[in-house]
Amino acid sequence: MERLDGPPLTARRAGLVACTQCTRVQRPAKNCERCAAPLHAREYMGLQRVWAWLTVGLLLYIPANTYPMLLTSTLGSTSASTILGGVVELVQYGSYFIALIVFVASVAIPVMKFAVIAYLALSLKQMVPISAHQRLVLFEVVEFIGRWSMIDVFVVAILSALVQLGFVATVNPGPAAACFALSVVFTMLSAQSFDPRLIWDASEETPEK
Amino acid sequence: MSTPTQFDDAALRDLIACPRCDLLHRSHRVADGCVGRCKRCHTPLIMPRAQAIPRIIALSLTVLILLVGALYFPFLELNAGGFSNSASLLDAATAFNHGLLIPLSGAVAAFMVLLPAVRVASLVYALVPLLFHQPPARYSAYALRLANRLRPWAMAEIFIIGVVVALVKIVDLADVTPGPAFWAFSVMVIILVLNDTYMCRWTLWNALTARR
Repeated sequence: MERLDGPPLTARRAGLVACTQCTRVQRPAKNCERCAAPLHAREYMGLQRVWAWLTVGLLLYIPANTYPMLLTSTLGSTSASTILGGVVELVQYGSYFIALIVFVASVAIPVMKFAVIAYLALSLKQMVPISAHQRLVLFEVVEFIGRWSMIDVFVVAILSALVQLGFVATVNPGPAAACFALSVVFTMLSAQSFDPRLIWDASEETPEK
Repeated sequence: MSTPTQFDDAALRDLIACPRCDLLHRSHRVADGCVGRCKRCHTPLIMPRAQAIPRIIALSLTVLILLVGALYFPFLELNAGGFSNSASLLDAATAFNHGLLIPLSGAVAAFMVLLPAVRVASLVYALVPLLFHQPPARYSAYALRLANRLRPWAMAEIFIIGVVVALVKIVDLADVTPGPAFWAFSVMVIILVLNDTYMCRWTLWNALTARR
């Protein structure tokens, strides 16, 4: 890669638009000349979508934690466990490592995601102490890690399909599974709606004025 | 604030903008196996690999074949106290089988089987004509764009980790035997991850446009 001569020049300042799908740089138009994806110099409206998806994701995360995730019945007695309840059970059985995986995937990552996306969205309007570089790293971490929260839903799917031994033991999914899956999907959509190029615009304008 | 563009059409073709920070660069060929990064935010912009197109096609076809096997054979078998139950991949997808949970079955099936399959199939569709030096097929741009967009939603690798977590959870209570489909799916996940390392959007899109 070779930098252009002169001060750093972005596509938008040059009066050009880069397609986010196929990377072609072109003059502004409604759709990309190569792959026909909608073209935006910046996703300004995206920020509203970020907040909208994030709010729905956050709201659904509440029933995901209060309703049971797994309904287990052994020899006629049924017990229901929530996400946190499942983690506590695993700790009591001594499976610390699996408890840690489930806790990280279902509690730590989702909570961290909500906080980081909100922080990044706010940082576009407010001065924040961390640099654009660090914010881009935060964004990429959230974008990469978000989908891994789905682990817990898959665990429930496998257990419910496998543990079907009639009276002896059965495992069935609880309503929290659907809420949790939706919460993960909406948070992923929220992260995808965020346009990281906005981070750099803010950092370019502040020192000059 | 935009100034009138100072680039003519030829100069425009040489430009590449960072998708993360929008900085313009003049692109030049990067050696196979090397990575051209953004000068400001270090996002990889160009990362060509030798023989990328034939390799992507070969790996994608392998994924499709393994997926058929993974759907057909038993996935896991459970034995506990004289009782046994075997589950296929589709049983896992349709585990959410009552009431409000039914739509979740569709989503799980899509995440673990359908979307990975659609992704590799559209890659094959878009790239096979290039292998035989033919002009791209109709809608090939749409297919390549679809493959790129579906990338975060194809969760086969997350599913297999979920299976491992589930197994560790019940291994003390029952005997679980992985079936042929489990191994087919695991190999498929490794190939999918390998396939993604050959995906350089800049190179693929240039290859697709060069022949039009």
